Amino acid sequence: MDEAAEPLLRVRGLSHRFAAARDERYAVQDADLDLFAGEVVAIVGESGSGKSTLLNCIAGRIAPTHGEVHYRDATGRWLDVHGLTERQQRVLARTEWGFVEQNASDGLRLDVSAGANIGERLMGQGERHYGRLRGTAERWMARVELDTGRIDDSPRAFSGGMRQRLQIARNLVTRPRLVLLDEPTSGLDVSVQAKLLDLIRMLTARMHLCALIVTHDLGVARLLAQRTLVMRHGRVVEQGLTDRVLDDPQHPYTQLLVSSVVMP
Amino acid sequence: MTTHIAEGYNFAYLDERTKKMIRRALLKAVAIPGHQVPFGSREMPLAYGWGTGGIQVTAAVIGRDDVLKVIDQGSDDTTNAVNIRQFFTRTTGVRTTTRTREATLIQTRHRIPETPLVAGQVLVYQVPQPEPLYKLEPRRAETTKLHGAGEYGLMNVKLYEDLAQWGRIDESYEYPVKVDDRYVMSPSPIPSFDNPKMHRMPALQLFGAGREKRLYAIPPYTDVQSLDFEDHPFRIEPHGHACERCGDTASFLDEVAGTDGQVHWTCSDTDWCADRVDQGHAHG
Repeated sequence: MDEAAEPLLRVRGLSHRFAAARDERYAVQDADLDLFAGEVVAIVGESGSGKSTLLNCIAGRIAPTHGEVHYRDATGRWLDVHGLTERQQRVLARTEWGFVEQNASDGLRLDVSAGANIGERLMGQGERHYGRLRGTAERWMARVELDTGRIDDSPRAFSGGMRQRLQIARNLVTRPRLVLLDEPTSGLDVSVQAKLLDLIRMLTARMHLCALIVTHDLGVARLLAQRTLVMRHGRVVEQGLTDRVLDDPQHPYTQLLVSSVVMP
Repeated sequence: MTTHIAEGYNFAYLDERTKKMIRRALLKAVAIPGHQVPFGSREMPLAYGWGTGGIQVTAAVIGRDDVLKVIDQGSDDTTNAVNIRQFFTRTTGVRTTTRTREATLIQTRHRIPETPLVAGQVLVYQVPQPEPLYKLEPRRAETTKLHGAGEYGLMNVKLYEDLAQWGRIDESYEYPVKVDDRYVMSPSPIPSFDNPKMHRMPALQLFGAGREKRLYAIPPYTDVQSLDFEDHPFRIEPHGHACERCGDTASFLDEVAGTDGQVHWTCSDTDWCADRVDQGHAHG
């Protein structure tokens, strides 16, 4: 099959019901999704619509009640993400995948310097040359527009926007093939958001990354994603090219979502 | 000093079933070098932090023919060493010694004797914190997974951090090692100066952490490598001083403040020092 035509990630019939959920309430129900190399896809929806649960199921962090997640690795092999051993999942998570948390402090080690945060994945992959680690950390700080002079500072001393940049650098340093982002810009003020979105857009384009972004902000989807999925009550109610979904919404819920965006 | 064997106690204080349990855990530890094995640590008649882990290991392996040596910071006559030696004298009646060569079983805190250990000897370490990843990852369940998967990038993060902040790896003691090219292990708070002595040591090395309820071991002649970076290899910093009693410059020296306001340097290993003085190495 043609490389471009074969997806990187394939989600089929994915449903998840939390053990504590009452009656038959599913957090995610019957989600299907294909992700292709070099493509940025957004999942939008209101709070509680199941976006993050879907993302966590894809990342292997939650075992779904039903359904499958398959990932095609760098060697072209298809892996059943939830059929892997925990050890294999961990290896995948720190080599071919990246995960950018909503709260930068969850995805960073606040007790060690920015440089060590960027170097951790490299060291995990066996890099044992201090000079090279430092060089790479400096290059990446420059790439995400952080002051390289602060390489030895703790991320505790960083602002929210800077932490988020650092988290992105820490994830991308090993050149993952698939990056999952969970509300990467929420909690930041608008101008910082705009700069961060710019950065993510530039990096995904230059590195030919495949990215899946969960967001409640339609602006983020518009700016970054080629395709958008709209979720409501755990179901994907509409999906398509971002411009089509946002300019010509078909589902009543999407229409409501689009019309409720406040224009300044 | 005469010490009487205390009545009413089992040989080496612990009951036989407990000793058996500890020996089982030790067998497992020896079979998986550097791997921490949980064990049912008992209350001992001294406080945690004073060597309860080491004492339980010693109690589990000591036999009537053993000759016991106990050191604390290299010295046979500090409070901790004297107390533990007396404890075993009173509960076992075995012969004790201060001579490294004569001992079959050595319990230690913070040092490895300077005299090279030989096959047949057993070195028991007292360990306060058996988990080398503890300072970076406080969750026990998580560190167990990291060990299981051999994910040791985190350990190098610590070393990276030292280099970045201090320009050198700032682990003068408890310097992490990799055992048999598999498990990263805490060598207990011995000085990094002693780390090379663990590599392919002919003696059996046992580690006991009483409060943390963990045992681990290094079988004889096992590879033990100190973690480092290619461009910042592990090395021992020379003191640049000589022992004032025996003149040795190559052993581990203690810095002692004298009553005259001067700083004095002496061998930390008192047996080693006395040996050298006996051989006529007195400092000129």
